[in-house]
Amino acid sequence: MSAESEDILATAAAWRAAGEDVAIATVVETWGSSPRPAGSRLVVTASGRMEGSVSGGCIEGAVADVARQTMQNGTPQLLDFGISDDRAWEVGLACGGKLKVFVEKLG
Amino acid sequence: MTPDLLARLNAARAAKRPVALLTRLPDGAQMLFPEDSLPEALAAEAAAALRADKARNVSLDGETWFIHPHNPPLRLIVVGAVHIAQALVPMAATLGYAVTVVDPRRAFATEERLGSQVAISGDWPDEAMTALGPDSRTAVVTLTHDPKLDDPALEVALRSPAFYIGCLGSRRTHAKRLERLREAGLTEAELEKIHAPVGLDIGAITAPEIAVSILAQIVESRRGAASETARGPKSEKQ
Repeated sequence: MSAESEDILATAAAWRAAGEDVAIATVVETWGSSPRPAGSRLVVTASGRMEGSVSGGCIEGAVADVARQTMQNGTPQLLDFGISDDRAWEVGLACGGKLKVFVEKLG
Repeated sequence: MTPDLLARLNAARAAKRPVALLTRLPDGAQMLFPEDSLPEALAAEAAAALRADKARNVSLDGETWFIHPHNPPLRLIVVGAVHIAQALVPMAATLGYAVTVVDPRRAFATEERLGSQVAISGDWPDEAMTALGPDSRTAVVTLTHDPKLDDPALEVALRSPAFYIGCLGSRRTHAKRLERLREAGLTEAELEKIHAPVGLDIGAITAPEIAVSILAQIVESRRGAASETARGPKSEKQ
């Protein structure tokens, strides 16, 4: 919970102020060897800008897809990624960890 | 998250006030501790998360809350704007530390030598250290080699709750330093807080290598105990 998350939140505010649609994804729980601790954030815009991370690059694409849905319908989502989940294989969480990511619209 | 809540969160961070963001899962209702009024049990969990500086999930009355602490940056106070400080400052900033360099010798303590990421104090080290008030989220490193400058800083730092105190200098230099500080009235418990010779023993020779060894030791001081109990001896995987 260092300067990193602060920068990401400042970026989110700046993007929103510039008129972008913004969503925030946050790691809320981890098990096993998840690459990023709870509290790690990824901020994305409808236009495709992205800053921060919620994994070592394994699930960012999938999270960004959900973030775009959330920006459209405004409904937050709690996502599960893990080794026991077919989707985890699909998106490639190869580290064998499990994590939950909360995705919410900034708005 | 509402833009208003994000603005309040960012304002608290800019003012270096510790705050925790509470998010109810999965519907995303949010509150800010300590600014918003929270049920007592939830407030206690938020305070504990801030103290531990670690995000946590809590279940309370059938609800799940994600508690996300946002503490002000860790601080590093460096005494001596010397060559090693020039290497240490940008690396510490990369690690997220707010860095202050103390050196009353004006020729040394300049932005030109240290960059713009750092706060510079030209006060005498004991005065500077007293003004800076090291807390439990502060590390202190003395680098001047000069007892006139290092010792006054240490006399203040060793009586503070700083989580790390390291001093440059050989074992022999350190033995003399301990003698002087004992005479100055510091207790054995206070003197034991000093890491000297400073840094992990990785055979560092150049200034950047010494900076790496110092920062590695600071990280170990802060995270080491937690990593052994919570995650096993292996460090966090990237």
